[in-house]
Amino acid sequence: MAEPPTGTEERAAAPDAWADVTPLRDGLRAYLLIAGMWVRSTMAYRASFAMTAFGNFAATALDFVAILLMFSRVDELGGYSLGEVAFLYGLSSTAFGLTDLAIGSMDRLGRRVRDGTLDTLLVRPVPVLAQVAADRFALRRLGRVTQGLLVLGYALAVLDIEWTAAKVLLMPVMVVSGAAVFAAVFVAGGAFQFVAQDASEVQNSFTYGGTTLLQYPPTVFAKELVRGVTFVLPLAFVNWLPGLYVLGRPYPLDLPQWVAFLPPPVAAVCCALAGLAWRAGLRSYRSTGS
Amino acid sequence: MGTGRLYAAVAVSGFRRYATYRVATAAGVFTNTVFGLILAYTYIALWDERPGLGGYDQAQALTYVWLGQGLHSAVAVMGGGFEDELADRIRTGDIAIDLYRPADLQAWWLAADAGRAAFQLLGRGVVPMLFGGLFFTLALPSDLGTWAAFLVAVWLGVLVSFAIRYLVALSAFWFMDGAGVQQLVGLAGIFFSGLLLPLNVFPGVLGEVARVLPWSALMQAPADVLLGERTGFGLLGTYAFQASWAFALLAAGRLLQSVATRRVVVQGG
Repeated sequence: MAEPPTGTEERAAAPDAWADVTPLRDGLRAYLLIAGMWVRSTMAYRASFAMTAFGNFAATALDFVAILLMFSRVDELGGYSLGEVAFLYGLSSTAFGLTDLAIGSMDRLGRRVRDGTLDTLLVRPVPVLAQVAADRFALRRLGRVTQGLLVLGYALAVLDIEWTAAKVLLMPVMVVSGAAVFAAVFVAGGAFQFVAQDASEVQNSFTYGGTTLLQYPPTVFAKELVRGVTFVLPLAFVNWLPGLYVLGRPYPLDLPQWVAFLPPPVAAVCCALAGLAWRAGLRSYRSTGS
Repeated sequence: MGTGRLYAAVAVSGFRRYATYRVATAAGVFTNTVFGLILAYTYIALWDERPGLGGYDQAQALTYVWLGQGLHSAVAVMGGGFEDELADRIRTGDIAIDLYRPADLQAWWLAADAGRAAFQLLGRGVVPMLFGGLFFTLALPSDLGTWAAFLVAVWLGVLVSFAIRYLVALSAFWFMDGAGVQQLVGLAGIFFSGLLLPLNVFPGVLGEVARVLPWSALMQAPADVLLGERTGFGLLGTYAFQASWAFALLAAGRLLQSVATRRVVVQGG
């Protein structure tokens, strides 16, 4: 029984070993193909693309204009200066913008469930999540990312941060992990829409609401709310915890400093949970049958 | 059927059409409440820093937040409602059928939009307001007169909002893709209605300009009436301001409509 495995056995075992990887690779490839198709179709109307991208930029910029208007009347908000608020704003907006660009069409899932077009996606030999995520891929959403990066750039220019290697490293890690946390919220929200088709707006309160919340310093909000987005829906790991570490500011909750470096594992757990929720949602889907 | 009854029936069906989507309404209320919560805390921080900012005390500022969340779908600050439908009918040519119906185009859509607004005022307005009242200290008036005056201001706001969106929809006669115009007007609505920040907090010239633009009739005007900032002649002045914008924009809508229908060529003969 202790014989070394023969060549045939090895080959027979290969598909199983790859079973977990191939769907992921296939899904990613399908996602890129579908997204590429939408980009080509967008580029057929360049003027329209330029205008809607600018509109996307301007729409998100208005948020920041409102903050600027507030700071025209006050010097500090919740003990934070304009530069510090801009820092938090830029991080939250960039992370959210990346997610919104990549899978922002997830909130259309409820409509697909309602009108029955989701069935078309189910019969294609491509993961449904990849198809839904790439559906109507909108390159114009680069507008939001651009706006977030500009505000972040402004913040870095006016703030006098004591940079260390850890802080420099934390910046890109924070943005990517933050985008992953938001992606988990989008996917979980999509799973919820299998159950409550008309309720796509609920998702907005966690995605758009989440990024709006994170744009302000945590000291502005009630402790219970801060606890909620730290321990229950861990949005605080997008920019509050790591961002405040970079700024050298204390977090309103009593947490050890190494928590600032937790965004990657937190994002991984969020994504895993969202994946499970997605599977459960997809399994519970019953076609309208009409 | 008398003309009045026709438009009343259209308004009732507009109300019932939106009342059908109960889950969507509940979802909308939930979202408005979450955003209200976020805004409420930022306003508390803002008014802590500068008490009396813009002439409001903190309770008035918080009332403004919850009022805004309750009101913005009724006065359709971000657009929504009929204008997409009308623009689509213009684009597809279905508008030709509407034009030879024995009903006035503008009045028809106004009636439908009034029905929508009535539903959204009740369906999406009451709960955020109650939530705000439960968890924050608000400055709500105790006399019925102020509430009645407020409702009049809301209806004038709906009228101005309709008139703006009617113009937007008619632009589809000239632009094959009206998304750009719609987006631009939507942005102006969000910013200049005072949804993000009360217009009396806007600094200097920007504030002066924002307060005379038509969008200030949508939310700022009803809010000021409810907060008791407008009484007596001030109240009449607010009504006059809203009514003049409503009249001017509705008249512009009629003018644009007559120009458009004179040059309209229905595709497909």
